Amino acid sequence: MASSQTWLLRPLQERSTQLFLGVLFGALIVVTFLHLFMPQDSALHVSAYTVTLLGKYLCYALLAVAVDLVWGYLGILSLGHGAFFALGGYAMGMYLMRQIGDRGVYGDPVLPDFMVFLNWDTLPWYWQGFDMAWFAFIMVLLAPGLLALVFGFLAFRSRVTGVYLSIITQALTFALMLAFFRNEMGFGGNNGLTDFRDILGFNLRSDATRLGLFIATGIALAIGYVICRGIVTSKLGRVSVACRDAEARTRFLGYRVERVQLFVFVVSAMLAGVAGALYVPQVGIINPSEFSPLFSIEIVVWVALGGRATLYGAVIGAILVNYAKTVFTGVMPDAWLFALGALFVLVTVFLPKGIAGLLQKRRKAKDDDTATGQEATA
Amino acid sequence: MSIFRLLAGLALAWCLALGPAVATAQVQDDTAQTLLQRLAEANNAEKSKVLKQIAESGDERARSWLEAFAGGKLATVKSSGYVVLVTNNTGRNWQVASAVTGDSMGEMSRRDLDSIRVNNALRSQVEGILSVVDLTVADHRTRRAAARHLLGRVDAVTAPLIEERLEVEENDRVRDLLANALAIHQLEQGEINAIEQLSGSLNSRVRAALNNAASSDDPAIAAAAEKALASIEQKLKLNKAAETLYFGLSLGSVLVLAAIGLAITFGVMGVINMAHGELIMLGAYTTWGMQQLFPGQPGLALILSIPAGFMVAALAGIIIERSVIQHLKGRPLETLLATFGISLILQQLVRTVISPLNRTVVTPEWMSGSIMINEALSLTLNRLYVIGFALVVFAGLMLIMRRTRLGLEVRAVTQNRAMARSMGIKATKVDIMTFALGSGVAGLAGVALSQITNVGPNLGQNYIIDSFMVVVFGGVGNLWGTLVAGLTLGTINQILEPWAGAVLAKIMVLVLIILFIQKRPRGLFPQKGRAAEG
Amino acid sequence: MSMFEQLANRDRVFEFLAPAASPVDVRHGPILYLEDVNVSFDGFKAINNLNLTIDDGELRCIIGPNGAGKTTMMDIITGKTRPDTGSVWFGSRHNLLTLSEPDIASLGIGRKFQKPTVFEALTVFENLELAMAADKRILPTLTAIMKAEYRDQIDEVLEMINLKTLRDKPAGILSHGQKQWLEIGMLLMQKPRLLLVDEPVAGMTEQEMERTAELLTSLAGKQSVVVVEHDMGFVRSIARQVTVLHQGSVLAEGTMDQVSNDPEVIKVYLGEEA
Repeated sequence: MASSQTWLLRPLQERSTQLFLGVLFGALIVVTFLHLFMPQDSALHVSAYTVTLLGKYLCYALLAVAVDLVWGYLGILSLGHGAFFALGGYAMGMYLMRQIGDRGVYGDPVLPDFMVFLNWDTLPWYWQGFDMAWFAFIMVLLAPGLLALVFGFLAFRSRVTGVYLSIITQALTFALMLAFFRNEMGFGGNNGLTDFRDILGFNLRSDATRLGLFIATGIALAIGYVICRGIVTSKLGRVSVACRDAEARTRFLGYRVERVQLFVFVVSAMLAGVAGALYVPQVGIINPSEFSPLFSIEIVVWVALGGRATLYGAVIGAILVNYAKTVFTGVMPDAWLFALGALFVLVTVFLPKGIAGLLQKRRKAKDDDTATGQEATA
Repeated sequence: MSIFRLLAGLALAWCLALGPAVATAQVQDDTAQTLLQRLAEANNAEKSKVLKQIAESGDERARSWLEAFAGGKLATVKSSGYVVLVTNNTGRNWQVASAVTGDSMGEMSRRDLDSIRVNNALRSQVEGILSVVDLTVADHRTRRAAARHLLGRVDAVTAPLIEERLEVEENDRVRDLLANALAIHQLEQGEINAIEQLSGSLNSRVRAALNNAASSDDPAIAAAAEKALASIEQKLKLNKAAETLYFGLSLGSVLVLAAIGLAITFGVMGVINMAHGELIMLGAYTTWGMQQLFPGQPGLALILSIPAGFMVAALAGIIIERSVIQHLKGRPLETLLATFGISLILQQLVRTVISPLNRTVVTPEWMSGSIMINEALSLTLNRLYVIGFALVVFAGLMLIMRRTRLGLEVRAVTQNRAMARSMGIKATKVDIMTFALGSGVAGLAGVALSQITNVGPNLGQNYIIDSFMVVVFGGVGNLWGTLVAGLTLGTINQILEPWAGAVLAKIMVLVLIILFIQKRPRGLFPQKGRAAEG
Repeated sequence: MSMFEQLANRDRVFEFLAPAASPVDVRHGPILYLEDVNVSFDGFKAINNLNLTIDDGELRCIIGPNGAGKTTMMDIITGKTRPDTGSVWFGSRHNLLTLSEPDIASLGIGRKFQKPTVFEALTVFENLELAMAADKRILPTLTAIMKAEYRDQIDEVLEMINLKTLRDKPAGILSHGQKQWLEIGMLLMQKPRLLLVDEPVAGMTEQEMERTAELLTSLAGKQSVVVVEHDMGFVRSIARQVTVLHQGSVLAEGTMDQVSNDPEVIKVYLGEEA
């Protein structure tokens, strides 16, 4: 028996996880089929544009799962998860930049265009190594992970929690946004990183690569979901909930609350980084706006709408809100911020448990019905 | 006794002796006409003397004549030799007025007029003379400006005049400036003793003169000038520091204004109001609105905006509290999210109803300009007003908290909600009042901000994170903490800015606060004891 | 990554199965020893030159009026509050003032709060599971699996605290008295050397109180128990040694009879009741 891996395998035996994975993979297969085998003019054909759009939603879904892990189960409302997402994105963006090689406007074999434009003559040290995919992919995990580790260590050690922590995470992402806006930082300033050509040798503009990225994102979401589910169903997950609800009590039971918080926070940041890394090749750009506090707080409302501490609710919320955003910004862009603002208010006041809460209530009502029915027959 | 005063005195005596004012003017007019004609006829060397005579005449029109002369707008009528002021010299026919009476004489052909010629040397002499003329004016501000103008412009002609003025001048600052002006002249003549007078001055022309002297051939003068320059440099540094401090306090008082309302709502109700920035924005827009209501009276509008801004923001605050926050009691994180939603709605509302672009709010005259402390340091008035306003608001809030029934109840509810309730305090009412107060103060902050920054839909957003940092830094539930934290953060920011740049300074301050929280998680002035544990 | 190390290193995985032996050294006398402890909040002296010694296996009751410093004393022992001066020793080896709350808990000091604090979102069973003596570091906790013997242990305690029927219900639905019991159950799962029990019978029925008294007395001997309680009847039913706290220091110490005849004590505390 590989007892040490059971925490990862345990979710696979759960009905709810099986259902989630079934729906997810089903959707991946259906989209792939409709994209590849339906004729272009058919109403059922899914265009490459839509595939990429769906891929983007899945990235957001993974990000939302990461936020739900810390907010729902650990009670830490991070208003700075966009920073981890963006860091993962930048790590991927740097790799994609280096892949352009001498095909840029200025044709410099090593330096990205924006550096040539700034009259830099050498690559900054922190850009070294990003020409290798494996290094970049490790950095996708490491960059957000390290930031979360340092920040979390400082914050949790001094027992900063609740609204204080939320405000500080917001300040964190705000500070990073200001920093990344500066040209001197060497991340392309305002414009960020863009004009990517290919990833792992595949042309980013081809439909096949887009489909591949979509499927990869789906798989990443599945893995991320299972990891999170594994954590929350483990004893550590229950300790997290204990930290969330009665921090002092948990300490007196002998658990190091700050380490539990740090562990989960870092895992969550890494997942957010992966989401960002998959997002960048699909939308073709990464710029400092991903660091904006508004984006980070938007993620939270996806989770709130879906229902916190459920994980699948986060996925539902992320997809729903972003679908609504796509529709709104297309039809009446001015109304979107009104709708988003109203969503914040309505969800918190009227739907504190989110959509998942509604689903659970209905199921429970049904269960109760059958239970009373059985009693009646007994 | 100066020659000017003597002349003026004589003229006065003359007037009194001769009785009717009309007659006096006529007599003076004759003298004036003669003087001006002599100016027209004289060669350059004599012109210089006549100019002096005109200046010494003490005539109140002397200034306009001299200015017209320097501008080449004094002319004689060829036929009569009568001197006229050319008021418009475009085209073939010039508009002219009598130089003596100032009455318009209609248009005259250019060919009928002879312009009185002027050269650069004369022109600069006139400038010097004009300053000297201004030195006799009663208003000391005009005298000071004139004296400042004379720095580095004194020549052999004006030097003795200034020496005379120096003896009778009563205003210390004017006298100091005159002494400096004279000393620069003397230094140029190679008098080493003049350096002593100059060594304390911060004026850039004085420094230029000293710089010149420092490269002088005379080693003694050069050395003395170097020394004087070094001491000036030292003084400049101090002034620079004072200026940084002023900017810091000014930014700090803005932060205090923006944060103090938040400190009240957060401290008392434990409620994070993310829409606080938008309440500030509402206050700023109220100022703009009032100025639309009272066009041409920006000062009145601004003063009326103070109560209006308070009311508008307080009302908005009450609506937010009643409609949303009261339903989220005891759920601070949810309150944070809901109020963030409200902030989005308010921003978008302003964008659609008013405009997505910045609005201009006029600064009333009495708030523009600056106070000059010395040559190197001047304080802009609008910032000074904001600092004062912040202090007044702070003092007012302190009074409310310490001296009124509401303040007592608020403090009771802050410390122990359940206990306060059981003692008959209506916690709900206190909540509403507190929230209205905190929001109203945000409105006041908006009114103040409208004078020093752009009024636009993003105004609030720019201040919300900073405000929270101030509250967190200062410690929740402590108004003094907010004051100290706001002023400190503002000053730190201004100190860092010159060598780190604005953006980096901001980042450094944020990082500093994050590190500070490590040491003191409850801020500068924490609430202590068992009550704070909860 | 250390997680992978952990996964590769099979023999360490079973480490948490080792019994959590408390390393406390009581060969040289008392299990808990407080000397000249002082704490003040904003100038108010909550604890004033407090000296207290608890022997190994002893059952001690601590009484005293409100504000006598009972809860603050518990906070100091468990590491929640740091005293301004004084020393606090657990056995003769461990200086509690240098240790954090989790360290103190893992050394074998268990605490029941004045206000019953259980994890309301978790089931009764899960509450006990978290309290169970085990390796409480991150990775062992992540990879922990529920073995049959643990299940038996938990069920045993469930039986003891009379919550077997509510085993899989969330703790949030329990009554006040049941929460008290659950918290005592959690203490038992921790297998501590020293139990600090703050007002264990508040909100309990007469019958429940009797059971609690029985339980606490049965623990004494194997473990040391410190009970802070207001209910005089309850104290009388279990007490051998009683300490009276007043204004942050010890006013009297002795058997219940000795203490209740002490004129000082009667004046400040019992007198009010009579």
